[in-house]
Amino acid sequence: MAAYALRRFLGLVPVLFGVSLLVFTFVRMIPGDPARVMLGQRATPEALERLRRELNLDKPLFINLEAYRETGRIEKLFEAQYPAYLARILRGDLGRSIFTKVDVAAELKARFPATFELTLGAMTVALLVGIPAGILAAIRKNSLADLLVMTGALVGVSMPIFWLGLLLIYVFAVNLHWLPPSGRLGIGTEFQPVTGLLLLDSLLKGRPDVFADALRHLILPSLALGSIPAAVIARMMRSSMLEVLSQDYVRTARAKGLPERVVVYKHALKNAMLPVITIIGLWFGTLLTGAILTETIFNWPGIGKWLYDAIQARDYPIVQGGTLFIAAVYVIVNALVDLSYGLLDPRIQYR
Amino acid sequence: MATLARTPTQQALRRFLRSSSGKAGLFIVGVFVLLALLAPLLAPYDPAKDRNLRMRLKPPSIEHPMGTDELGRDMLIRVWHGSRISLRVGVVAVGLALVAGTLLGLVAGFFGGWVDILISWLIDIMLAFPSILLAIAIVAVIGPGIENAMLAVGVVQIPVFARLARSMVLSLKEQEFVAAARALGATNGRILLRHILPNGLSPLIVQATLSIATAILDAAGLGFLGLGAQPPAPEWGVMIARGFQYFATAPWISLFPGLAIMLAVLGFNLLGDGLRDALDPRTGRL
Repeated sequence: MAAYALRRFLGLVPVLFGVSLLVFTFVRMIPGDPARVMLGQRATPEALERLRRELNLDKPLFINLEAYRETGRIEKLFEAQYPAYLARILRGDLGRSIFTKVDVAAELKARFPATFELTLGAMTVALLVGIPAGILAAIRKNSLADLLVMTGALVGVSMPIFWLGLLLIYVFAVNLHWLPPSGRLGIGTEFQPVTGLLLLDSLLKGRPDVFADALRHLILPSLALGSIPAAVIARMMRSSMLEVLSQDYVRTARAKGLPERVVVYKHALKNAMLPVITIIGLWFGTLLTGAILTETIFNWPGIGKWLYDAIQARDYPIVQGGTLFIAAVYVIVNALVDLSYGLLDPRIQYR
Repeated sequence: MATLARTPTQQALRRFLRSSSGKAGLFIVGVFVLLALLAPLLAPYDPAKDRNLRMRLKPPSIEHPMGTDELGRDMLIRVWHGSRISLRVGVVAVGLALVAGTLLGLVAGFFGGWVDILISWLIDIMLAFPSILLAIAIVAVIGPGIENAMLAVGVVQIPVFARLARSMVLSLKEQEFVAAARALGATNGRILLRHILPNGLSPLIVQATLSIATAILDAAGLGFLGLGAQPPAPEWGVMIARGFQYFATAPWISLFPGLAIMLAVLGFNLLGDGLRDALDPRTGRL
């Protein structure tokens, strides 16, 4: 197991290397001169030249063959833009925003809790809806309830998330005034976060009013973001449950005269949950990194919204750093999900 | 006996017709395709000229069953013509991904060695990005617009087909019919395209159908963010975004394009499920 875990994580190194290469190339391919963008149209040629040298823009992109030929020293080969960039990100330096000058790594760290909290909210919705619905559909196979659940699940995966978000805002915020349409806290709420997870922080600081406010803001975006995983989990739960219920040991349990409730919830559910947990894990990674549309609609101050704004403003250090961060989180979460199979299901042998 | 004489195609057709999701999906997709094809004949439309400011923001009525938007344009005709854009994006993007992904996967699986390592590495890198983020990043580089959005949405889907095709080749290339073809002197290209590909086509077709659904959703998402089709094109995502600004007073502007997206995506999802029942009866039969 430990050897497998080590191999799995070592396997991430070439992928992350490729990701950094791709992100770097992408940003370099964008038309325009970054130095010009940073200094504006009226910059003097000298200032431009100085900044280009500072940013390594006067060097070749990937390897510096010229410097190597001139000096014959192998390390001169790496006096190029990409190696310098790689060295910087390995030190945790993702650069600064062109416009606001804010440190990208620090801002990512500050915004991550908002995205994480939204992911937890959406996952809660997905589990509370998806698992019971899937079980119900399985134990009443071909009933009206089954039909409704499966239709609901199909509609759930077919709805554009941004449209569902708008509908939720229209019904629950604009018309009924039950819930706020955007943001994480009401305007005028004074609160200094500790961890950045507002639900947790408000409890730590003994502020039930802030807790309620944060929770009310969290509900609508969680419903929107959780809709697709809820539908996927319901479908997976149903098919997995049906498969387990047809196995011999379940028949044995029934033959022993156990009540159906015990058979389903005690004997079948545990095994039926295994594939569902895989899906949950993979969706956790997806939600954590893919909430761009939801965060934009609900004006949620997380990484997705920030990244979207940066793309609109062509603030490339943020785009570069944010994309890199998201990809890294995604592959690491997926690797952890992979490893968790072995802990949950002792039958699985890692080789 | 007649039942034994059925060809595999007939058997698949029978299974498809027994699948209620398949029939429902085929019906919905058929209606959308028909509407899209007939739109220029039945209701010619020029999005740049269709303005009537006296009819701004009117709610649904007999005359305008889906209401009018902020420029007084009839929403029904815009949603209707939107089907042309979305279906085209879905089909072209997935066609691109299907061809490129399948070729990559075939080559990787068939030749193995460093070619496989390189292609698999590329696939893993692409799969490290959430698909919508990758699509957004591609459009950020090549610029917004419907053609570029099509390309971005297609590129994002390549790894799915590449993986599928690769595992298909790996399971087929050791079989006897491949050895037989080789013994007869068939070239690698012929073995791949004439012997292996036709035998592994079913999962690719099923995936392509489901991918059209995803592509329509992703393209609408790009349109919504202002990175796909540009106004005044009657693209569903763009229409939802425009309607967003008048949401409190004129919700129908966003409502109907969203319903259209949902129905179209639902249709392709159902059709994909039905095709899986028909072509790939061992899997997904639960």
